[in-house]
Amino acid sequence: MKGLVVPVTLVLVAELCARLFGITSDSLASPSQIIAAAVGIVADGSLFTMTGQTLFAAVVGLAIGGGLGLVMAILLGLIQPLARLMHFSVEAFRPIPAIAILPIMLMIYGFGYRMEIAIIAFACFWPVLIIGQAAVSGIEPRLIEVSKVLGLTFLGRVTKIVLPAALPRLFVAFRLAAAVSLIVAVTVEIAMNPQGLGYELMAAQSSLRPEVMFAILLWVGLIGWGLNAFLLYAQNRLFGFAGKLEVPR
Amino acid sequence: MTAAVLPAAPSAAHRGDPLIAFRGVSLSLGGRLILEDIDLDMRRREFICVVGPSGCGKTTLLRLIAGLLHPDKGEVVYDGKPVTAPASDIALIFQDYSKALLPWRTASGNVSLAFEARSLPKAERPARIAALLDKVGLKQHADKYPIQLSGGMQQRLQIARCLAQEPSVLLMDEPFGALDAMTRQVLQDEVLRIAESAGTSVFFVTHDLEEAIYLGDRVIAMSPNPGRVTEVFDVPLPRPRNQLTTREHPEFLRLRRELFDFIQESEIEQTAIEESKA
Repeated sequence: MKGLVVPVTLVLVAELCARLFGITSDSLASPSQIIAAAVGIVADGSLFTMTGQTLFAAVVGLAIGGGLGLVMAILLGLIQPLARLMHFSVEAFRPIPAIAILPIMLMIYGFGYRMEIAIIAFACFWPVLIIGQAAVSGIEPRLIEVSKVLGLTFLGRVTKIVLPAALPRLFVAFRLAAAVSLIVAVTVEIAMNPQGLGYELMAAQSSLRPEVMFAILLWVGLIGWGLNAFLLYAQNRLFGFAGKLEVPR
Repeated sequence: MTAAVLPAAPSAAHRGDPLIAFRGVSLSLGGRLILEDIDLDMRRREFICVVGPSGCGKTTLLRLIAGLLHPDKGEVVYDGKPVTAPASDIALIFQDYSKALLPWRTASGNVSLAFEARSLPKAERPARIAALLDKVGLKQHADKYPIQLSGGMQQRLQIARCLAQEPSVLLMDEPFGALDAMTRQVLQDEVLRIAESAGTSVFFVTHDLEEAIYLGDRVIAMSPNPGRVTEVFDVPLPRPRNQLTTREHPEFLRLRRELFDFIQESEIEQTAIEESKA
């Protein structure tokens, strides 16, 4: 409860200032105006449309980028020569800011979901690959030997040994990638793509409706917070036991 | 000729070619010569124990048979064919049982892994898993996770999983090194009983000289730098062995003395070499 003291006080001060001094501004809005605007975009359904667009792009991008990253992580984590072969390329491409490939993707896909999803997938690929590869190559070597001696196939080794052993850390990778996916989705929409929360944020700003802008901004923050809380909850639910059982090193 | 006359005791099964043979095997790891020119035959149903100071390559020997390592020179032959990859009927029991078991699977789940690897039909698994757990005395603990089992029980579980492979050869890498004395003796007898009843050949690495004599038909003594076989001791002790009478047998005591002297000598030699290098 103590944590709420500061934000609540700030909101009250902002409201008080707006009322006392009668500030009218193109870039600021009073808390009450923001709440009214929020009620407005909820009532006309536009908030849900834009949220749906952003989340859809984020989730699909995460699935594609994270999925590819996971496959690569397993291959590079298990096959040392391949890891050495790919090391330079990974380190060369990884530092590229995801948003910097927007012009290329725009050329290939034009506006819309496909362009946005491609960029999100690119951004989500790297954290899953890097953390996933570390997780896979960090598996207790004894377990890999057990799988060899028992004569498991490569696929069997992956599904029965590698994935379960690395699962808690792979989930952490996906949690990070999920946060990245939302950031990149909103960024792409703000920068270029005419859809979703980011675009509406810019549209509100350029049409001089700061109260709508702030309402969307708060909503984006809430989504980010909610997403992380959900994934943390899921992690504890799914791996509370397995996480503790993770092979001691 | 002699094979026909001798009784069918496993220790005397001299028939045919060796089951496992090292032929001039050398191996370097990380630029260091670990094994040099190893020649060694293991007969069918034989129980071989390997002893030697740490760093003499006894575990490496075992991993070569398992197909986890490959020789630089020479070859390891199993059943007439060179070993190139792990064979399904060679089982390996690791010393660090807690690392070799899947912590996210129950006891029966861990045994099941071996059957899954062999693609045994699902319907046949539960009965055979139960039988194996019964065999190693873990019937009551089928649904427990490894972390909930004691060290001795975890090692029994690993043995059960290896038996699920229906191995002709059991490779054991200091399997009881981390267990207390009582548990160790019980497990020694169980391994002897299992090997005897299933006709399994056993390649047993240990640094416990008494354990080696107690279990083995032959004891291979190795020396380090580079690892080589220096001495082979035949163990003519009667079977079945008994923790009390076998260990009091004059032959047991004689062998113990002989092995002890041998190891001590090679350690003194070793220290001398290291000091001359320093």
